[in-house]
This record gives sequence, C-alpha cells and structure tokens, in this order.
Amino acid sequence: MAWGEVSMFREYRKLWMVLGFFILLSPLGLLATGTAFGEWGLDQLPDEVGFIPAGLEKLADFWQHSPLPDYGIPGLDATFAQSAGGYILSALVGCILVAGITGILYKIVKE
Amino acid sequence: MHIPDGYLSPQTAVPFVIGMIPVMGVAVKKVQSSLKKKEVPVLAVGAAFSFAIMMFNLPIPGGSSAHAVGAVLLAILLGPWAACIGVSVALVIQALIFGDGGVLAIGANCFNIAFIMPMLGYYTYRLIRGKADALSTRAMAAAFIAGYVGLNAAALVTAIEFGSQYHLFQAADGTPLYFPVPLKVTLAAMMSEHLILAGPVEGLVTALGTWFVAKNYPGIASDNSPAGSV
Repeated sequence: MAWGEVSMFREYRKLWMVLGFFILLSPLGLLATGTAFGEWGLDQLPDEVGFIPAGLEKLADFWQHSPLPDYGIPGLDATFAQSAGGYILSALVGCILVAGITGILYKIVKE
Repeated sequence: MHIPDGYLSPQTAVPFVIGMIPVMGVAVKKVQSSLKKKEVPVLAVGAAFSFAIMMFNLPIPGGSSAHAVGAVLLAILLGPWAACIGVSVALVIQALIFGDGGVLAIGANCFNIAFIMPMLGYYTYRLIRGKADALSTRAMAAAFIAGYVGLNAAALVTAIEFGSQYHLFQAADGTPLYFPVPLKVTLAAMMSEHLILAGPVEGLVTALGTWFVAKNYPGIASDNSPAGSV
C-alpha cells in the first residue's frame, strides 16, 4: 500500500478506534440468547412452527462451508468465555474482511 | 432479519439474486462518479461498523432477538448507493463465513437490508433535515427518525417475503413447503419487534453516529449532506 493510502486511513483514526471498541464489546450481543424470528435452525423449527417443511429442509443446508458458523469457533462453546472469545475473533475477522473487500472493490472499479 | 436458506422458495430467492445484479451495477456507477477518494476509508470502516453492529443482538421479550444494522448511518454519511455497496459486502461475508443469512437468499437479504433500508432512510433524512446544520437538533432528530423508518421498512419487506411463502407454495395436500407462517403472523411478529425495540435502537445508532462523524470529520458529513454545507 502506498504511503498516501496509509495516511488516508490514519486520518480517520477515531473511526477505527470506535470500531475496535465495538469489536471488544461484541460479546454483549451473546446475552440475547433467543433466535430472531424466522432465523430458526432445522433443530428449532419443530418447536417454533410444529414441523419442518419439505422444501425448507432440502435447501436449508445449501451452504455448509462457513468456517466460523454462528460467529463462533466450532466446538468451543462450552462456557460463556469460550463463546465470547469466538465472538470477538469473529467480529475481528469479519470487520477486516468487510473493510478490506470494500476497499479492494473500490480500487478495482476505479481502475 | 437475515433470511436463511430454505425459508424462501427458489422461485422467490433466485429472482431476487438476478434482480440485485443491475441494482449493484447502478450502485457501482453512482459510487464511481460521486465517492471521493478520501471517503473510501470511511466507506470501508462504515461497512465494517455495520457488520459489527449487527452482532449486537437485542433480547426481545418472548425469547426472540433482533439487532440494528447501521445502513442508514452509512447512507447519511456517504449516500445511499455507497451504503448499498458497503452493507452488501457485510451481508455476503455474514452468509459465507458465518452462516448468518442464506447464500441462495443473499439477493433478498441485500434487497431488504442493503437497498430498501438505506434508500428509505436517506430520503427520510433529507426530507426532515432540510437545510438545517449537520449538528443541529433538527438534523439529529432527522437521523433518528431516518434510522427508525429505514429499519422498519426493511423489516416490512422481509415480513412480506416470509409470509408470502405460506400462501404461494404448498404441497398437493396443502402443507407449506417453505416458511410455514401466514403473512399476518409474520407481519405482526417482525413489525412489533422492530417498531418497539430494534427501530429506536437503530435511530439512536444513526443519530449518535451522524453526530460523532459530523463533530470529528465535518468534511464528511457536510459534503454529502443533501442540503449542501450551508
């Protein structure tokens, strides 16, 4: 990255700091343990709506390659500390990917 | 609000994916011509902020949860088309890396959360703020209401997409094939959560975010302010 671009990002230091603050606080989002309406997994559907619709069941696992499913490290969710660690890692990885890809997309379309 | 795979029929999900391609094309064109180079880091950090804010689940009485999005904040700061791109990137990463929201449903989710929400929020903000200063009480109120309206508009279209499946797609014996909840129920559930709880939180995030950027980076807030920097 050219020096000009580094300083361009530095100019907004305060915004990145706020983002970092939110990443560290993200485990607060784990305190709401309920699943959002209409986002139930196959295991929750019988309780929520009484059955698993046939078409839904067929498509539910269309994508199975999420490395950090539900913002956690697979297998590491026995304690709140483990979940919180996975959640912070997910927030960090997600923010780096989203900011990085947004910046790269801009570079690609501009050139 | 992130529709998982299977909740929408392919006949619903796929047209949304195809329909969002030209929308993204327009967004890229608009951003190419209007977004200044010095604003690119703001779009990058803003898109990441939207990703992060969506991780803050709010408990809903009755065992459900909801969250704010930050799409209207981005729209106010950088314009609705830049917000459309930034929030779409966040949604794609959520679906692929974290399994939050479907991959087949990515078109519908981008339409609801990255298109309808920033568009409606942005024009609500313009309308209410008028020519008032970026840091005025009126501009703050405009940002709050815009966030509230934007999130609820997204919840409304999501509820319609959810509820329509029950009525449109049933097996021969009448059993629903996809999301098996009637429209009036999806409307009541989605709207009560977002009108009462998530909407006001979105409003707060939007107003505080707008205030913070306008205070620290007056150039960003005023350059894109609909009324110009008067």
